[in-house]
Parts: sequence; structure tokens; C-alpha cells
Amino acid sequence: MEKLIDQIKQGKVWSIPGGIHPPGQKLQSTTQAIARLPLPDKLVVSLKQHIGANGKLIVEKGQQVLKGQALTKPSGNWSVPVHAPTSGLISDICPMPSAHPSALPELSVIIEPDGEDNWCELNPVTDAKALSHDELVDVIHQSGIAGMGGAGFPTYVKADTRKAIEFLIVNAVECEPYITADDMLMREHADGIIAGIELMQQLLSPQLTIIGIEDNKPDAIAAMEQAAQHNDSIIVQTVPTVYPSGGEKQLIKLLTGKEVPSGSIPADIGMLVQNVGTLFAVNQAVHEGKPLIERVVTVTGNTIHKQGNVWALLGTEIKHLLDCQGFSPVPQQRVVMGGPMMGFTLPTVRIGVVKTTNCILAPDHQELAEPGDEKACIRCSACADACPASLLPQQLQWFAKSKEYDKLNEHNLFDCIECGACAYVCPSEIPLVQYYRVAKAEIKEQQAEQIKAERAKERFEARKERLEREQEERQNRHKRKPAAKSDGEKQKVADALARVKSKSDDKDSKSAVAAAIARAKAKKQGAELEPDNSEVAKERAARKEQARKYKEQKALEQGEEGVDKDDKKSAVAAAIARAKAKKAAQAAEENTSAETDAAPKDDKKAAVAAAIARAKAKKAAQATEHQTEADSAPVDDKKAAVAAAIARAKAKKAAQAAENQTEAEEDSAPVDDKKAAVAAAIARAKAKKAAQAAENQTEAEEDSAPVDDKKVAVAAAIARAKAKKAAKEQAQSDDSSQQINDSNDEADAKPQSDVPESSEDKKKAAVAAAIARAKAKKAAKEQAQSDDSSQQINDSNDEADAKPQSDKPESSEDKKKAAVARAIARAKAKKLQQEGNDKS
Amino acid sequence: MKLTMASSPHNHSHKSLSRLMMTVIAACIPGLIAQVFFFGSAVLIQLVLALITVSACEAAVLLLRKRKVWPTLGDGSAWLTGVLLALSIPPLAPWWIVVIGCMFAIVIVKQLYGGLGFNLFNPAMAAYVLLLVSFPVQMTSWLPVSDLLASPISFSQQLSVIFNGFTSAGFSVDQLRVAIDGTTMATPLDTVKTDVAHHLTVAESMSKPLFNDWFGLGWGWVNLGFLVGGLYLLKANIINWHIPVSFLASLAVCSGIGYIAAPGTEPGVVFHLFSGATMLGAFFIATDPVSASTTNRGRLIYGALIGLLVYLIRTFGGYPDAVAFSVLLLNMAVPLIDYYTKPRTYGHGVK
Repeated sequence: MEKLIDQIKQGKVWSIPGGIHPPGQKLQSTTQAIARLPLPDKLVVSLKQHIGANGKLIVEKGQQVLKGQALTKPSGNWSVPVHAPTSGLISDICPMPSAHPSALPELSVIIEPDGEDNWCELNPVTDAKALSHDELVDVIHQSGIAGMGGAGFPTYVKADTRKAIEFLIVNAVECEPYITADDMLMREHADGIIAGIELMQQLLSPQLTIIGIEDNKPDAIAAMEQAAQHNDSIIVQTVPTVYPSGGEKQLIKLLTGKEVPSGSIPADIGMLVQNVGTLFAVNQAVHEGKPLIERVVTVTGNTIHKQGNVWALLGTEIKHLLDCQGFSPVPQQRVVMGGPMMGFTLPTVRIGVVKTTNCILAPDHQELAEPGDEKACIRCSACADACPASLLPQQLQWFAKSKEYDKLNEHNLFDCIECGACAYVCPSEIPLVQYYRVAKAEIKEQQAEQIKAERAKERFEARKERLEREQEERQNRHKRKPAAKSDGEKQKVADALARVKSKSDDKDSKSAVAAAIARAKAKKQGAELEPDNSEVAKERAARKEQARKYKEQKALEQGEEGVDKDDKKSAVAAAIARAKAKKAAQAAEENTSAETDAAPKDDKKAAVAAAIARAKAKKAAQATEHQTEADSAPVDDKKAAVAAAIARAKAKKAAQAAENQTEAEEDSAPVDDKKAAVAAAIARAKAKKAAQAAENQTEAEEDSAPVDDKKVAVAAAIARAKAKKAAKEQAQSDDSSQQINDSNDEADAKPQSDVPESSEDKKKAAVAAAIARAKAKKAAKEQAQSDDSSQQINDSNDEADAKPQSDKPESSEDKKKAAVARAIARAKAKKLQQEGNDKS
Repeated sequence: MKLTMASSPHNHSHKSLSRLMMTVIAACIPGLIAQVFFFGSAVLIQLVLALITVSACEAAVLLLRKRKVWPTLGDGSAWLTGVLLALSIPPLAPWWIVVIGCMFAIVIVKQLYGGLGFNLFNPAMAAYVLLLVSFPVQMTSWLPVSDLLASPISFSQQLSVIFNGFTSAGFSVDQLRVAIDGTTMATPLDTVKTDVAHHLTVAESMSKPLFNDWFGLGWGWVNLGFLVGGLYLLKANIINWHIPVSFLASLAVCSGIGYIAAPGTEPGVVFHLFSGATMLGAFFIATDPVSASTTNRGRLIYGALIGLLVYLIRTFGGYPDAVAFSVLLLNMAVPLIDYYTKPRTYGHGVK
């Protein structure tokens, strides 16, 4: 360290690789002192003139402001205020084209100067040494100072660095051709700059301060040496004139021989670089209390009559600068903000000067020729020889053209400082820097996309995990629930299970309850996997297939065994189930959201209710049997057949309705169980009534009516009671069921409803069909009428309910008979519907 | 006011492709003059033939590729190829030699690979090797220095030889090559190689009238001419010093070691440096930017390996000269060399 400082003190200057020697073109703008311009007609003060967030606007349209009055106050990260450059009226606050290569509109305060140029109250610090570190940093911050060399980095951030600074490096190199703003400032205000340096020294306590000046500015070097004489810790170092020695990293290498590691900032290696203009502004802010409201701008180029430097108020339109200095534009005039190497062309001269505007260059076509057509790269590597970062511009160019981003990173594209030396020397006039800019932008965009995708993935996984957890919790709850039930209920459930099992084939040993639980689980899983449609679709397809097979099997089974079962019981149960289906469909029609209430719990409850209902029905049937031993069975049969017919008709209707509402159709199924319980009760009650009141009622039916009354009434009463209970329970579980159904997939619902219903239906249907046959003859009158509707019903393609139910009897038996039964059923169904609606 | 937008930098060095190529062509002039002076003006006929052929070929391919002809033809890269090939072949070679060579160089070696900047091999050298392998007799029929010729031949006679194969008097190239003393003359490199193979010492071989004290008559001057042109290119910053310097240094070191090891059969450093195509190769051939290494360290390696190969092939190989072979072999190694010689980027590899 000591050795290094000694070397530096002895005047040692290191070297940088590459670099170019474009014509300096500086002499024409250094012949005159920095000029003062007349006040412009208006000032366009952009809120954003630095790297970082905008300040918060504290003035409003129509407000009178004084010179130096803050227009914004710092807010947020790296936010720096702007100030009124002169006194006047704020005529507007609106987005205006900004000093940016894209001229992107930025919110700007437009001030109409009043010509008074009245300062606001200034608070110069008389004894800066007495200020604390934070106070001094705050003065710099509130004065709106940002790096004036070009980048516009907030100076207070640098001044407040917590890293140990060994070298404060003052960038007075000004290596870009044409620009002489820093040169002239040093010549005229060396003392002020040195005072600014000393303030920085106070803040950072560096071991050594090195001022780097190119050897083409002898006057500035002399002035600075003179001004710095009193301070031993300040060294003025002359560096050879080579572009881009004024680049921050290049200057550090030149003056200290050290390199800033890639991806680091100079402060990481104990360096801090400040531009001379910035340091002068710091001095103005602290010692005179003046915020940053003006800066030196070089106005130059062959189309300018009076080439030179001017004090330009921030916000002064470029047009005003050009007009004041005399401007004779050429065809296809370019106006460059900044130098010829790194500056950018302006789309309009109606853009305000900002804190980083060091030069306005309006060249003609002789001094800066228009770029020629891009020609083939001959790999001469003149670009590599010129590159100050020791990159391989030629290789980067090939990779940029072929969008090989990995290779670009491998070749350190992001270490390119876009100095333009490579493009300057390229004999093929390839706009290399442009290619790099585009590639950098594309890579950044790609990286942003990647980050976004990763975040989305994280979110998805977190959600998945949460849903899984919730599902598990719910599952545990379900497991506990049945246990909490009373012994009686448990017994009933067990009974129901047993019955379902006895009915179902050996192959399918799953109970309805178990199936319901499984389905609920499956549904939940489906909900979790919601984003992954393929998975769900697969699952769904599998389940559909399973359900279909199961149904087929059942149908077969039913054909053989169903008749052996208790006709009455099964008939009643069938009626219940079908009525349920219908009701559900109705509900679906009316209110889709209500339908989605299908809860996994309902299944169980419904199953229980149904089982109970069946049990009661059986009991009732038995009771009737005892009473009318011989006759009751056939009578019951008839009655059951009527009920079955009614229920079938309802189910068909439901299916029809559901057809119109495919969404609802699927969801409705689970609902069925619950509502169906209610409906079943009603259905049974009405069935009796209906049997009595039915038009063209047969004698046989009438005979059975009294018998029916008793039995059905008992069954209905019990069913209703159960239904109420189920409804209550359902209300409790609505929340959770809603959640599940929100993410429901249609497939889940189907097998759920198909299985229990079809198993029951078919048996009943077979019975009903037989009875219907007997009745059919009498009902021949209505045939024509009912044919239409039966046709209609058959057309409806609900595979779940309507088909197995209706096809079986119809295909094997006389359609007419079935039609009669259905006609009757329809009449009842209407009545039922109404009542059911009222009830539910 | 309508302002023109442009991407930075707005300044340019005014270096251009065509100026670069023209400068290289111009730098060939000293060597060309020496060739004309010592070996007759037939080389100028070859030059004209070559320029016509390359222009026609380049234009034809560009038309086929639906590109603008003039901007590409005007960059001068095709002409440079023609010039280098014309300078490399024996001046009295039949006209179709140079025509075939130029066609091959432009159509196959350059344009089929995608045109300027995409060719893997140096077009002139690839064509030279094709010709040498395909037409060894014509490609090695170098006339001796005109002073040594039994019957000096006029320009019209040279024209006649190139297009008809014989002078108006009916002499073939082989007959013309007969020297005053009745012996058939070869190039100095060839002569030494043959003599050493016949168990003569180099000193004995070089005592022949074909040589002066140091190197082959005429050939030394031709090499000197190219050296002057090459130095100009260096000065004009058209080529980097790395390749010529490492090439010549490597050849000098190798031949020096050889000379020390076997003074009787090794012709020595100066002979190697100023014989054959050494200087043309070092400054004009190996420095072809498209097919050469693009990093500074890579260029040093590239040049040094060419020098080594030139020495090895000249001394142990079947051909008297070796620049073309060496350059082509190293062309193939360029991607590898470039990959391993990437410069250290600023801020990388520091603590």
C-alpha cells in the first residue's frame, strides 16, 4: 500500500489495453470563457435526471416558485430532488420527452421564468468542518447532486459509502472528443473544485486523492495544481490522451494499476471516483447553499457559429442553447447529446438540459461522416486491439448476430462499457456497440423472464403444498366425524354399507361410503392438481371408464339378480334415487352456484339417509305384507311401479335439464343425494296422492292406493326427517364443500352419482317395467301423447341416469306400457317439482 | 426540424475494407517489381489474367447469390487473392493454370463458404496447393534469373509461351529453362534440396551460378521486395506485427538450430529467410485476417507454428517450399488456438 502510494506520488501512471485516438476537436470550444445565456422562455425540468427513483412532487401547477426552490423531495431509493432553476410560474406539470436515447416522456415541471431570477433563501454552511458526516451527506442529498460525468449516479449515495476508501479519484480526464466542459470548469473554477474535493475528503477520509487529467489540457492541469498546492493529499496526475481513459474502471487502472473485479463497484477495492463537475456542485451546495440548478455545457460542432461552453440552467431546451450560439443546420442534421463516441442523437431539440448533459454536438457531415453500410467482418480484430476491456468484440458480434447468449456471457459481454472504440476502428463499419446493446437488452429480458417463471413455479409449489396439507387435515376430519356419530347412526351406516355391499358385485367391494370418500379425495386431489390439466384429464378419463364399466356390470347383474331382490324395497329406493337426480337437476337449472354445494359429506349423509329410507320402506312394506299377506305384494308392486315410473320420468327430465347445463350436470350429481333424500320423501308422499288423483287411473291402481297410503306415508315421514337432518349437516359443511367444488372437475361427480343410482335404478326399473306392462294396456289412450315425450327423453343423452334406467325396460318390453307409466309420472313430477322447490 | 437518429459512436476512423485491401495490394508492388526485373514481365500477364478471372468469378457468384456486385467486388478482397496467386505461380505457367487457380480460390474456397469473412482457408494458398498437387510440372517450372538464360526471351515470346505453350521459335518452357551452360535450372530451394539429396554439401550446391554468396540469385531480391512491402503494412497499421515476427523468428530459430547441428546439409538462416515464398508468406499470406488467428497471443502461436512447419517441410518434406501447406494446416488450427488464447477481460482473474 505504502509502496503503491509512493509510486503514485512519484507520478507513475499505468496503462490500459486498447484505446483509440480519435481527433480531439476540443480547441474550437476552449477559446472563450464559459458564457452566460439569456433566460429562456421556458424551462422543462424533468423529475428524473439521475439513476434512481423520482423525487416526490411538492409543487403544483400554477404555483410561483423561486430560484433554487425544491420542486421534489427525496422519496425512496436513490431518489434525488430537483430544484427550480429560476424564479417563475409553474405553467404545467406533465410528461415531456426526456434526455434519453429513446426520448421516453418523463414527468417534468414546466416553468415560465418571470425574469426576476429571485433566489429562495439560501443556507450556506460557513464552517463545513463543524458538520457531521450525516449532515454533510444530507446537504449533498437535498441539493440534488448526481454524477455529472454522464451516469448521473446520486452523489450522496457514494459520499455515504460505509466501505473504507483508500483512493478518492477525481475524474477530470474528459477523454471524449469535442467536450471541454470539465476542462473549462477547471480553468475557471479550480478553487471551487478543490474545495469540493476537500469536502469529499472530509466525508471519506481517503489516504490519497488523485486528480486524473489528460495531457491535452495543460491549462486545466496548471490551474488544478495551483489550486491544490496547499493540500498534500491531493495529487494531480497527467494521463496520456487516449480514448476511453476517462471510463471509471479505465481511470482506476491508469492511476492505481488496480482493476475493479467484474461485477463489483470501485468502493469494493477502496476506490471512489467523482467527476470534477460533481465536486464543484458539492462545493456550491455546501459553501454557497445553492442546489444543483445549472451546469457547464459544451455547445460545439461545425454547424454552430459560436462554439464554446455555456452555463445552462437545468431544463433549458436544447433549442435555446443552439439558438443562442448560432446554429445553421445541414440536411439530415444530427444533434448529439454527449460526445461523438458515447453520446446519443436527439429526436427533437425540445428537450431540456439535465444534470448529465455535458455537451451538445451538432456536427456537419464532413467532421463526423454518416455511417456507411455494414460490410462483411474480415476478422481483422482491429476491434479487439482497440477494446479497453480486452474483450473480443469480433467474436461477440458473431454471437450477438446468432443470438448465442451463453457464448456472449462466456465472452463477458456484460463487461463491455459500450465506449464505441471497436465500432470506431472497424473497417467494415459494423455497428458493433448497437449489436451489444441489443444483445444485452435481450439477455436481461430473458433473465427477467426466467426469474418470473421461477417465482411462478415457487408460488405453484407452495400452493400445492398448502392444498395438500389442507386436504390431509380435511381427511383427518372426515375420519373423525363418523366416529363421533351416535351408535345408532353408526349402526345404520353399517347397515347401509352392508346392503350396498350385498347389492354390489364381489368384484366391486367398495362401499358407497368408501366410494364417496374416495371420490371426495379424488376430487380434492383434482383441485390441487388443477393447473395440470393433462393429469386431471387422464384421471378423469380413467374414472369415467371405470364408472362405465361398473355401470355395465351392474346392468348385467341387475338383469339376472335384480328381480330376486325385494321388489318393493328396491322400487321405493329407486324412486328415491331418481327423484333425487331430478331434483338436483332442477336445482342446477335454477341456481348453478347452489348446485356446487355438493359436499363429499353429503354423499355419506345421503347414503345414510337413503339407507334409512330404504330400511323404513322395507319395514313399512313388511307391515303391509303382514296385513295383506296375499295381495300386498302385487299391490305393492304396482304402487312401486308407479313410483318408479314417476321417478324415472323425473330423472329423465332432470337429465334433459342437465343437458342444457353441462357444467351443472356434473356438479349436480353429488347434490342429488342430499336433496334426493328430501325429494324422495316428497315423491313417496305424492306418489300416493298422485296414484289417487291420476287421470285415467286404473282400477288396479286405485285398489292399491289404500295400501300404499300407509306404507308410503311411513316411509315418507321417515325420509323427510332424515332429509332434514342431512340438510342441516350439509349446511355446516357447505364451506368446505364449496371450496372443493370450486375446483371441481366434472369427472369426479359422475362416477359418484352413477354408481349408487344405477345400481339401484336398474333393479327397480326391472320391477317397475314388469308392473308397467300390466298397466300399459289401460293407458293406451295416452300413448300418442306420451310417445313424443318418451322419444324426447330417450334422445337426451345422459349416460349416467337416463339410459340404463329407461333403455332396459323400453328395449325389452312394450314401449307403450312404459310410456303410460311415464305419462303418469310426469304429471306427478310437476307437482313434485313445485313442492320440492318450496321445501328446499 | 427533422433530426437524424443514429447509434453511437458517431465517429469513425475512416478505415475501410477497400482501403485496407488496396493498401495490401499496393504493398505487393516492391516484390512485384523485383519479380519482373529478375524473371521477366510474364508475371504481369499472369497478374492481368488473375484479376480478370477473380473479378468475373466473384461477380458471377454474387449474382447467383442475389447480392449487390459492386459493394462486395469493390472491397478488393478478391483482387488481393488474384494478386497473391499470380505472384505465387511460375510466370511462364500456361494461362489455364492461373485461371483454374483463381476460379477455385474465389468460387470454392471463398464464396461457397459464405464469402468474405467466412472462408476457413486462405483462398490464394488453397488454390496454390490445388494447382501444385494437380499440375506439379507446370507449377514447378520456374525459369532461372533472366541473366542466366541461354536465350533471353522477349515479352511477346513470353505471351506466346503462356497461351500456346511455345515461343514463336518453337521453344517450350522446359527448353527455355536450359541455362547458358546447358543445365536445366530450378529454384534455389529446389536445387539445394536436390543436391543435398545427391550427397553434395550445401556449400557445393551454392557455388552454382544460381546463387550469389548468400541466397539464390533474384529470389533474395524478390523476398527483400516483399519484406519492404510488409514493413510498410506494419507501419500503416494494416497488419499486426505478431504473425510476421513470430513466423520469421520461428523459421530463423529452426534453421539456425539446423545449421548448427548439420552445417553441411543445412543452408542456414539467411537462405531460409530469403528463399521461396518466405517474406510473401510472412507479411501477405499468413496475415490474411480472415483465416488467421484473431487474438494477439494466438497470432504469435499461429505465426511460430507456420515458421516451424515451413522449416520442417522444406528440410524433411517432399516439396521444396512449404508456405502454402503450412498456412493451410494452421488455418485449420485457428479455432482451437483462438479458443485457448482469449485475452483476460478487465476485472476478471483479479483478486
